[in-house]
Amino acid sequence: MPSELSIGFLPLVDAALPILALEHGFAEEEGLSLRLVRDMSWATVLDRLLYGHTQAAHMVAPLAIATTLGRGRPAQPLAVPFVLGLNGNAITFRVGLAERLTEPGQLGDPTIAGQRLAAIVREGGPKLRFGVVHRYSSHNYMLRYWLAASGIRPDEDVEITTVAPPFCADALEAGEVDAICVGEPWNSVAVERGAGQIVLATAQVWRRGVEKVLTMRQSLIEERRDTAEALVRALIRAGRHFVDPANWEQNAAILARPAYIDGSPELIRRAISDRLLLRQGGELVHFPDFMFQYREAANFPWVSQAEWLYTQMVRWDGLTYSPEDAARAARVFRPDVYRSALLGTGEPLPGASSKVEGSLVQRTAVTAQQGAMVLESNRFFDGIAFDPADLSGYLARLP
Amino acid sequence: MRIAIIDESASRAAVIHEGLAELEDCEIFVVTERRGLVARIGEIGPDIVLMDLGNPSRDVLEEYFAVSRALARPIAMFVDESDDESAAASIDAGVSSYVVDGLAAHRIRPILDLAVRRFNAFARLQSDLAEAKGKLAEREAVDRAKRILMDSRGFTEPQAYSELRKTAMNQGKRIADIAEAVITAHALMGGR
Repeated sequence: MPSELSIGFLPLVDAALPILALEHGFAEEEGLSLRLVRDMSWATVLDRLLYGHTQAAHMVAPLAIATTLGRGRPAQPLAVPFVLGLNGNAITFRVGLAERLTEPGQLGDPTIAGQRLAAIVREGGPKLRFGVVHRYSSHNYMLRYWLAASGIRPDEDVEITTVAPPFCADALEAGEVDAICVGEPWNSVAVERGAGQIVLATAQVWRRGVEKVLTMRQSLIEERRDTAEALVRALIRAGRHFVDPANWEQNAAILARPAYIDGSPELIRRAISDRLLLRQGGELVHFPDFMFQYREAANFPWVSQAEWLYTQMVRWDGLTYSPEDAARAARVFRPDVYRSALLGTGEPLPGASSKVEGSLVQRTAVTAQQGAMVLESNRFFDGIAFDPADLSGYLARLP
Repeated sequence: MRIAIIDESASRAAVIHEGLAELEDCEIFVVTERRGLVARIGEIGPDIVLMDLGNPSRDVLEEYFAVSRALARPIAMFVDESDDESAAASIDAGVSSYVVDGLAAHRIRPILDLAVRRFNAFARLQSDLAEAKGKLAEREAVDRAKRILMDSRGFTEPQAYSELRKTAMNQGKRIADIAEAVITAHALMGGR
């Protein structure tokens, strides 16, 4: 008897793994009967999960932490047994402004573009407005990380507001915002319409930044542990399939369907293959690892990632740092479920469950419980590393 | 009591509005435009906001509420956490509700219950409509398929229908599906 599971998602390219787990039969082979539930806001994806309409959800990682800590909703502990992807977002400016930040035909350099933006902000004039998808999103945190490190104070020197992904291009075009930080395909949609120019990939802010996660209510993961582990295995196989160039075209076509993203297969294919059109009429730019869904155990829910998200929440959300909250945030990520799901399979399993984030500058072999693990650079653009052993010290060091 | 209904579906908003209009002491505002949503809500200053779950602007609205609260203006917050059953019914019906801080529970509950009933009523209406449309489309398909069989094989109308019915029974399919197959095949074979 297959185990039934409904998974909520938002129409974004990085909802790919649950979709492909269904479409390619990986879920079925793990004894799961998946149903995908498409929604148009993170609020609704979350509410359906909390009220049992869905049993799992594609979610912006910080929202899983925020919900556990009772921000924006009465507290409900969520669990993350799987990371659905790293990065895959970009910061797109209206063209006139983009041209002042970067050399033509290239992505910007985060340090230089940041300095130039800071100079523009100091010039005075109307406050620049940035649109992000949600206050509890990596988009928000990456954007703020970059701004603050460039000497710009978010909320004071510039405004940051919420814009739903499908309306980001509209908002840029109408001048409601000067820049957006959003996932694909929405940056490319803005570029196609001549409304914006992609200046930075968020991967340039943090090269291996946690983005979307697969989340379940903590109570449900305990109750249906076997199902959760079967889902992990199905998703891993979807990840392997997704990153294989031989499958790009087919998968782009699947994701483009109205039931999923309802978008252009061409734009989606570009994102999957790490190719970006930065500006209307420009040349495609190849940005390796723009989307990062599988290699280097990208799906492993590192506890340090959860803790990093907590520090950014403290930084920007008016939370007072507390070790108890930090511990609750850390417990959201469940490497134990990931491990038990994949032990005995061919998948690489890191030896540790937590790591210093942003400390690797070059390819480094790390201890593995199973298989081999070589990690590439995972730097933050400002070179600051995050050591989960000292959260308050890290917070004190940040601008 | 000021109630704002935010819904891009004007027909559903009308159904909710009609249901709530019977309430005493309530002023109802309907917002269907996405543009300028936040400004409009600011102008209205509602005590209760009802928004359909499928609305892509929920995150924008919640952000507005969160920021407003931080500015010490008691605009709105999510449904009272002690009323889980009510919240579950709302989610089931497809409506999210936001209530101004401090509003008494006995004032909120009847409004939310009414909203949930109206949302459910609309969903039933929609489903009935879809079913009726479906049945009509099927009738039309069967008529077309009969016409094709009559023209190409010289059947009378009762004979044509009988053929469709026999084929459906033999294949364990519905007549409407066989009719669709006839229409498709006819078009592919160069028929008009």
